[in-house]
Amino acid sequence: MNTTSTSGWETVIGLEVHAELATRTKLFSSARNHFGSEPNTNIDPVSLGLPGSLPVLNRKAVELAIRVGLALHCEIRPSVFARKNYFYPDMPKDFQISQYDQPIDLGGWLELPTGKRIGITRAHLEEDTGKNTHVGGSGRIGGAEYSLIDYNRAGVPLLEIVSEPDIRSADEAKAYVEELRSILVAIGASDGKMEEGSLRVDCNVSVRRPGEPFGTRCEIKNVNSLRSLGRAVEYETRRQIDLIEAGEKIRQETRHWDEQAGRTTAGRSKENSEDYRYFPEPDLVPVVPEAAWIEEIRAALPLLPADRRHRLAAAAGLVHTDQPVIVAVQRGLDGLAIDAIDAGADATRVLTHVEHNLAVDGAELLTGAVLAELVGMEMGGALTATQAKTVLAELVEAARAGAQGDPAAIAKAKGFEAMDDSAIDGAIAEVIAASSDEWERFKVGDAKERGKLTGFFVGRIMKATKGKADGKVVTAKLNALADGG
Amino acid sequence: MPARISRDDVSHVARLALLELTDDELERYTEQLGAILEHATDVEALDLADVAPLSHPLPVQNVFRDDEPGDALDREEVLGQAPAAESGRFRVPAILGEEP
Repeated sequence: MNTTSTSGWETVIGLEVHAELATRTKLFSSARNHFGSEPNTNIDPVSLGLPGSLPVLNRKAVELAIRVGLALHCEIRPSVFARKNYFYPDMPKDFQISQYDQPIDLGGWLELPTGKRIGITRAHLEEDTGKNTHVGGSGRIGGAEYSLIDYNRAGVPLLEIVSEPDIRSADEAKAYVEELRSILVAIGASDGKMEEGSLRVDCNVSVRRPGEPFGTRCEIKNVNSLRSLGRAVEYETRRQIDLIEAGEKIRQETRHWDEQAGRTTAGRSKENSEDYRYFPEPDLVPVVPEAAWIEEIRAALPLLPADRRHRLAAAAGLVHTDQPVIVAVQRGLDGLAIDAIDAGADATRVLTHVEHNLAVDGAELLTGAVLAELVGMEMGGALTATQAKTVLAELVEAARAGAQGDPAAIAKAKGFEAMDDSAIDGAIAEVIAASSDEWERFKVGDAKERGKLTGFFVGRIMKATKGKADGKVVTAKLNALADGG
Repeated sequence: MPARISRDDVSHVARLALLELTDDELERYTEQLGAILEHATDVEALDLADVAPLSHPLPVQNVFRDDEPGDALDREEVLGQAPAAESGRFRVPAILGEEP
């Protein structure tokens, strides 16, 4: 591995994301949908596939599926459930109920923070399976002596969201999953917790020379984190390029990502979907959402992350793909930033605080008015950048305690009073007098020499003023003095 | 007349359904399934261009339940009816092969 360069090759990726929907109960029965319960406590006859039990569809699951479809710009379609037949102990009735050729959500797209759109092929409802624990041997399937099964997860509603093969790199794959996750969380469709299995990713990877038709793809399973996703895509890309450059062919197959070994291993060759003998589920009737219901759900949708990036960019006079804009939306602080900007604060300064000083719990509790007041003091020279940061931290503390602090009062209590010019000049004169050698070198020095000595002088002047002087102001004054000012 | 289903098809489907068939059974079922498929050609003969596919025989759609939790089954009672259980879970023979 790692023997060939990936240059001259293009990776083509399509992702299938399984999202557990945030319902209280299962897709087809009233057993609880809850992560972390004692094994086999959220079970009922339907979850266990007991003879005679019948599925009844959860309205909330359908509503959430429609919500996701609308957020992903899909068409909401009449849909039909089918049986996917296979024998495996995590599915005790020996078939999984899933939408097959008539999914509820069809044909949409999602916009990445880079502005690139990734096509959504479809999203369909299906039931989750139980959880196997392999015991004995290495703990993996191969050497296990027996397996233990917990059916709490069996029947939990899943939405399988399938992308078009529009993704071209490991980083883009991660960005897609992150964006999809923030959409799902924003609209309350899923808690999006990958570590709890609420979001699971299968990735289809192939390679080709740019402009050529798609190559043969492999489907990689067991990708349980964003980090694994990136590593798995990079590994698989190199594996396929190595094979092709060695004159071999790629076999279409399912591969298993081994996080510890850092590689994918071959699983079954992909069987034909005919082998699952899909047929319409006779115990469920078609789902045909009424237009009024769809419109009601659409009207209740919150602003999506992409919309919020566009909105903040417009307010701040930036582009929606600019990093500070992306970060502000990621942190959920775009509303705060817009309020502060609307209250007259300098947009760049506001976003700098959001990006560098507000990655803390409680930041979302600040009001735009308070942040605008702080930024106003800073821009007016009453506070240095360092002092403003300190005051901001106090403001967040106050907000967490349930109050909006007063920036001016905090600054005063900290002794952050603006120094008047004559006091700064006095401090500079004292420091220069005490360091005449350095000052001579500063005066005749070139830009590089001055750069070195600036730190020396500013440091001493800050010490003399107990940090109250603004470093930028001091630097400007030093240069002006040296140049005969 | 060409056979509607081959002996290999029947053998494949039997494997997917985890059925073990003897040669005689394979022979007989191939013939019987062929006859059933032959019967379906009667439907194929009809002009159904204007008829939408039917996925359910009843004129009913949108049957939902509210998202309200109900009572769970008692775990010990359920596990007590399983051939084997351990640590609150069903115990099954080692699973061969990967998950579908």
